[in-house]
Amino acid sequence: MSRYEAVIGLEVHVELKTATKLFCGCSTEFGKEPNTQVCPVCLGLPGSTGVLNKRAVELAVKAGLALNCEIGTHTWFDRKNYFYPDLPKGFQISQIFRPIAHNGYLDIEVNGQEKRIHITRAHIEEDPGKLIHTGESITTSFASYVDYNRSGIPLIEIVSEPEIRSGEEAKAYLEKLKSILEYTGVSDVKMEQGSLRCDANISVRPAGTTTFGTKTEIKNMNSFRAVQRAIEYEIDRQIELLEDGGTIIAETRGWDENKGITVSMRSKEDPDYRSFLEHEISDIKLTPEWIEEVRAALPELPDARKERLVKEHGLPAYDAGIITGSLALAEFFDAVYEKYPDAKTISNWIMGELLRLLNARNLELSQAKITPEGLAKLLELIKKGTISNKMGKEVFELMFEEGNDPEQIVKERGMVQISDEEQLAQILTEVIAQNPKSVADFQSGKKQAIGFLVGQVMKATKGQANPGVVNTMLRNMLAEK
Amino acid sequence: MQLYTLTVHQLSELMAQKKISSVELINAYLERSSKIEHKIQAFITHTKEEALAQARIVDAKRMQGEELSPLAGIPVAINDNICTAGLKTTCASNILNSYIPPADATVVTRLKNAGSILIGKTNMDEFGMGSSTEYSAFTPTKNPYALEAVPGGSSGGSAAAVAAGEAAFALGSDTAGDIRQPAAFCGVLGLKPTYGYVPRTGLISYASSLDQIGPLARDITDLALILNAILGHDPKDSTSATVDVPDFKAGLVNDVKGLRIGLPKEYMEAGVEGKVAAKIQEAVKQLEDMGAICVEVSLPHTEYAVAAHYIISCAEASSNLARYDGVRYGLRVEAEDVLSMFMQTRSQGFGDEVKRRVLLGTHVLSSASYDEYYTQALKVRTLNKQDFDQVWTQVDCLLTPASLTTAFKIGEKAQDALAMYLSNFCTIPVNLAGLPALTLPFGLADGMPVGLQLIARHFDEQTLLRVGYSLEQNTDQTSLKPDLDRE
Ligand SMILES: [Zn+2]
Repeated sequence: MSRYEAVIGLEVHVELKTATKLFCGCSTEFGKEPNTQVCPVCLGLPGSTGVLNKRAVELAVKAGLALNCEIGTHTWFDRKNYFYPDLPKGFQISQIFRPIAHNGYLDIEVNGQEKRIHITRAHIEEDPGKLIHTGESITTSFASYVDYNRSGIPLIEIVSEPEIRSGEEAKAYLEKLKSILEYTGVSDVKMEQGSLRCDANISVRPAGTTTFGTKTEIKNMNSFRAVQRAIEYEIDRQIELLEDGGTIIAETRGWDENKGITVSMRSKEDPDYRSFLEHEISDIKLTPEWIEEVRAALPELPDARKERLVKEHGLPAYDAGIITGSLALAEFFDAVYEKYPDAKTISNWIMGELLRLLNARNLELSQAKITPEGLAKLLELIKKGTISNKMGKEVFELMFEEGNDPEQIVKERGMVQISDEEQLAQILTEVIAQNPKSVADFQSGKKQAIGFLVGQVMKATKGQANPGVVNTMLRNMLAEK
Repeated sequence: MQLYTLTVHQLSELMAQKKISSVELINAYLERSSKIEHKIQAFITHTKEEALAQARIVDAKRMQGEELSPLAGIPVAINDNICTAGLKTTCASNILNSYIPPADATVVTRLKNAGSILIGKTNMDEFGMGSSTEYSAFTPTKNPYALEAVPGGSSGGSAAAVAAGEAAFALGSDTAGDIRQPAAFCGVLGLKPTYGYVPRTGLISYASSLDQIGPLARDITDLALILNAILGHDPKDSTSATVDVPDFKAGLVNDVKGLRIGLPKEYMEAGVEGKVAAKIQEAVKQLEDMGAICVEVSLPHTEYAVAAHYIISCAEASSNLARYDGVRYGLRVEAEDVLSMFMQTRSQGFGDEVKRRVLLGTHVLSSASYDEYYTQALKVRTLNKQDFDQVWTQVDCLLTPASLTTAFKIGEKAQDALAMYLSNFCTIPVNLAGLPALTLPFGLADGMPVGLQLIARHFDEQTLLRVGYSLEQNTDQTSLKPDLDRE
């Protein structure tokens, strides 16, 4: 047991899934030509005034409710003043003094242990633009370009209490957060497109103590796995430093994915944001009735869905957790179940073949070609004995890659299982004749010898024989002798 | 007949009777400007050709019998911190000296829809920061009553233009009295509507919680006509009020009988010039003769208002002016590296007073002084508002001097930032509380106009106009004209 305990808090920025920006009508679509989705408001032109996007407020409230937060009936925007050329007004409109949601939690499970991580607050703010430098940084570049397409895109920042104790817990927290935001339709939560970004505050302290050590802030992690690795690295680094009699410096450190280390970026003297009320945007006033309407319209959340799979379908908690961890998987499961109501079998195929292939190819479910209808048909073919389980896996892989109909694949490849006893009888007779020793072994009581004989039949039929039928027939034929 | 001395409603009447055309009217104003603008320097930009083109359109519409607004065909000057599409809008600052906005401010759109003719953009203290128009980056404007005196500020160009006959009316902006004090100094009427009653879209922000666009004109009827055109909610500005706009023109009455008018003692005890105090007493007497009930009232926190306002306005300014960095628009001073570019642009782009206020504002918001200054100022603001709430239980409106003095000399206060700020002593509490207030001339003292200020409850502009209209109808002190032809 380590003599140290890590204290970790996460700040997660999530892009809200709105069609337009937070204070103007510009599109939020990702990947467009630079500065084609801008207007006087998101460029901060003199005299421009913005109007709050109601959809952004609704999504933020949804997120807050799904994260078990209290929702403020009267909140407002403040200015966070700092200078950077990607910030067109010289301040960011955010909620500093009164966040729209606060005091929530989410539950995670690590190594079979349940743990509740509290959420301090979730507030709405606007995204700055993006700088592209010809060199390393703005001060060393020949030129720097600014793209304001992202300027004014609505975000919520979700801040956890410092209750996370390991990289593994941090990853579990992020996975749960992601699935909740996905289920509620609040965000696309795509880390690679920047619609989910995470910074981690990390400190260590002697186990059993309660005061906080000096913390560092880690940035630049672009996958959940990277968050876990960065945290693990940083904990070790801090402990090692303390063991060697050193002191932790409060600083911002960047995660270097290739080297697998964190490196110092700048000393962490919090800039003085000089925050005060934003007078040019009206306050957000919500009625308790409206908040309850939003709550009532929340979809089934991951925890409830998992419980349903366990209780109604008898799935193991672990499998149910994996399947419901991603909305896409959970919906895939339900769609297969509608056509082929055998939950355990479906779960086995999802947990086995589907996840194996997704991981091996590093794909999202949406990128795989297999459809729920296709899988249901495939399971039907296996159940009817048209093909064997083993053949099914081959067919599955073809469906995964090409999306073809399983019956067509089976037909085209001649992958039909031989279950016809007349057809098998002759082959069995030949195999029995060619393997007198195994036959003798079986008849003298070495029952496992039958496995060898079944194998010989399979070999002779190029795997097409129905092993179940072969087994029964063999036993009958050998008993007669 | 000197067209440039007439009121909007008189000119409107003449055009309706087809006695004059808008083109003739614009030409009369342009001719007037050509004679006196070099003395006054009220404008940063004149829009001669475009004004005439617009006047021809209005005349054509009138000939076709189209029903026109009373503001149609009338020349208006717009403060240069209110955006005009395709027309340079500088805030009288070097940092925006070539800035051309892509869109009209909502008020400009509303005036254009009414058919008003934009005749030019008027001079002001840079970004509205000042009370004399001496802090314009370009040139000081002169007072039409005495060229060696200031016109007041920051909307001094607008006030001088209306007084001198270079525009029939004007729109200014008022953060600390920036419409009312120059109107008083130049002998015209100025009205700051209730905060939020006029949409702010297109007004270049100085202090967002205090700024308000409003009109400067030659009589109460004109103010009513302008308010009818510019007030009311704008979906582009979520902070603009959703209060209904009455017909102010139709609501004008010559009757103050039984109206309770408060005289805040703190204003009269604050060192009002004797000659100004005497004119105020005269106005009180006049109102009492007309049947109003004038009573002394107290606004006990008045003495802290200037300091609180200074802190709040500078704080907000430090944030609002952060965007001028040379990256996107306006001035960019090329330099060796990017940091020098930012610094040189701001160093050369802003004048001393702007720098002073940005520095002060940055300081009062910094974590080391936030509680000591900014939080305290907000508390004073609340107390100031409570003072007014309290007097509204006793009276219907307040009467104060518009300024403790008449227009001071150019150069007299330019080097003394505090003295300059104190010249808005009478107008500042109104901005802090977001109330509507009107200043109107009440005769001359030693040849210079004296201004009265009337203050009313939120969204009660009608009471202001009622008192103003009654004074106007019963005395000849509210209608002044400078003699600019003397030499
Ligand atoms: Zn925009």
